[in-house]
Amino acid sequence: MEYNASTLLPLLPEIVLLSAIAVILIVDLFLDQAKRFFTYGLSLAALVATIAAVMASGSDHSQTLMYGAYVRDAMSDVLKISLLSVGIFAFVYARSYLLERGLFKGEFYILGMMAILGMMIMVSAAGFLSLYLGLELLALSLYALVAFDNKSKSGSEAAMKYFVLGALASGMLLYGISMIYGGTGMLDFAGVAKAVASGETDKTVLTFGLVFVLIGIAFKFGAVPFHMWAPDVYQGAPVVVTAFLGSVPKIAAFAMAMRILAQGLGGLGPDMGWEGWQGMLMILAVLSLALGNIVALVQDNIKRMLAYSTISHVGFIFLGLLAGAGKGYSSAMFYTIIYALTAVGGFGLLAILSRKGVEAEYIHDLKGLNQRSPWLALMMMLILFSMAGVPPTVGFFAKLFVLDALVNAGMLWLALVAVFFSVIGAYYYLRVVKAMYFDKPISQAAITAGTDARIAISLNGLAMLYYGIFPASLLTLCQAAIQSL
Amino acid sequence: MISLSEYLILGALLFVISVAGIFINRKNLIVLLMCIELMLLAVNINFVAFSHFLGDVTGQVFVFFILTVAAAEAAIGLAILIVLFRNRRTIDVDDLDTMKG
Repeated sequence: MEYNASTLLPLLPEIVLLSAIAVILIVDLFLDQAKRFFTYGLSLAALVATIAAVMASGSDHSQTLMYGAYVRDAMSDVLKISLLSVGIFAFVYARSYLLERGLFKGEFYILGMMAILGMMIMVSAAGFLSLYLGLELLALSLYALVAFDNKSKSGSEAAMKYFVLGALASGMLLYGISMIYGGTGMLDFAGVAKAVASGETDKTVLTFGLVFVLIGIAFKFGAVPFHMWAPDVYQGAPVVVTAFLGSVPKIAAFAMAMRILAQGLGGLGPDMGWEGWQGMLMILAVLSLALGNIVALVQDNIKRMLAYSTISHVGFIFLGLLAGAGKGYSSAMFYTIIYALTAVGGFGLLAILSRKGVEAEYIHDLKGLNQRSPWLALMMMLILFSMAGVPPTVGFFAKLFVLDALVNAGMLWLALVAVFFSVIGAYYYLRVVKAMYFDKPISQAAITAGTDARIAISLNGLAMLYYGIFPASLLTLCQAAIQSL
Repeated sequence: MISLSEYLILGALLFVISVAGIFINRKNLIVLLMCIELMLLAVNINFVAFSHFLGDVTGQVFVFFILTVAAAEAAIGLAILIVLFRNRRTIDVDDLDTMKG
């Protein structure tokens, strides 16, 4: 293969983002605190430029570069644009929150962009090596971000827990990768898929590897029984960091699951005489739906409640994945993107309601929000309705597409289980809505968030309504992306 | 001649020791960090062994990347440990219990 500048064109988004990070890192050194907003503006510009680069350098067929380490296809483009857009929301919500706490430093944005770069590499990984490196770039940035408020006791405790369990997950994933490598002799997904299809690989070694890889994926998603880090990390981290790590990485985790399970090990199925990964995913999905929804009922801390709600949404994503090709994968992709957009809005609103010295993290902090700010209450209601799956918000359609795929794949009982637990789950979302609209406010303190965050939350809330009325605009993109795999 | 399965058993033993260390150890966070390192090294033994017996070098290239990432991971882990110690004056695993529910 011959190298010239044009063969690197599909890598343009990553190159743009990495160069921007390097420039911002240096520029930030020479700014005094009063001019720090410059870093913020540059970071947003870098993300927008990266979105533009994704759009400009795309092509209609899938390209594999770097000796089979990097792939550029329709799925990677859609996922990259979504994770960059959700990242922009998270960055905007963070500004006034960080400013009020004396945490408005360039490091937040640089670490955030590093994490996004890692996720872009994961999304475009064509082999285990690039997937692992992207994952670590993401994870290492997130560990540092969780401990960003270095005077906070709960923040540092959460960071330590996240670090230990995240490293354990990486270790499990690597152990599984080593087994798959041993079984197939390949480290790129296409090669693994070919070796699996040939039927000459050692069944025991591959199944062994598959179990460990799946544990790694479940850890990164936060699926039961590998969820124990999620509630503590969500609660302990500063809420703007929770907004980031509770939303964008889910998109990357979805890409990881698709690349490894569907592309690499998709041939492992009952028709080939294998115990496929679908059965294991089913157990994880049902447990996540059950535990996530039930434990969330008794939480008073909204960050913790949303962490358990995330666990239940992961159950839905897994249900979409195990419904398989056809409608399953595209519905899971739609669900993941919509969930990330919803979650960033939910945590973003908590960031907006927080004031200097006051962290809005309990349900009673939201009491009477309708009297304090009807518009913010309406946006929060749209976001919570979307999480609960109330039409006409988009969360309803996301759930509907997954259930439809399940029924089509002949797994009616799983669809019924999912509906049953969603109904239970609706209670705790509506409890927050009730507190916002029917309870008396505890404090009348003015909401101090900046205009940028208010505009972002309005866009975010209205997006729930827009995609709820026009779900096809995103769904067709997802379907086209999955079909081109 | 040492066979592939013997290398794999060594790797598996080290892996099990490290995972057990993470879950059983209730005292010291530094031991936990050591267990994480041990886990990555166990994986490396697997990769090198497979790579040698398959006659394919990509496994050994993977090991170099794992070693590099492990170094970065240790640096971040120790940095978080220091922040934790400054805030709480302890690195006991049992004391990491302010959040429950």
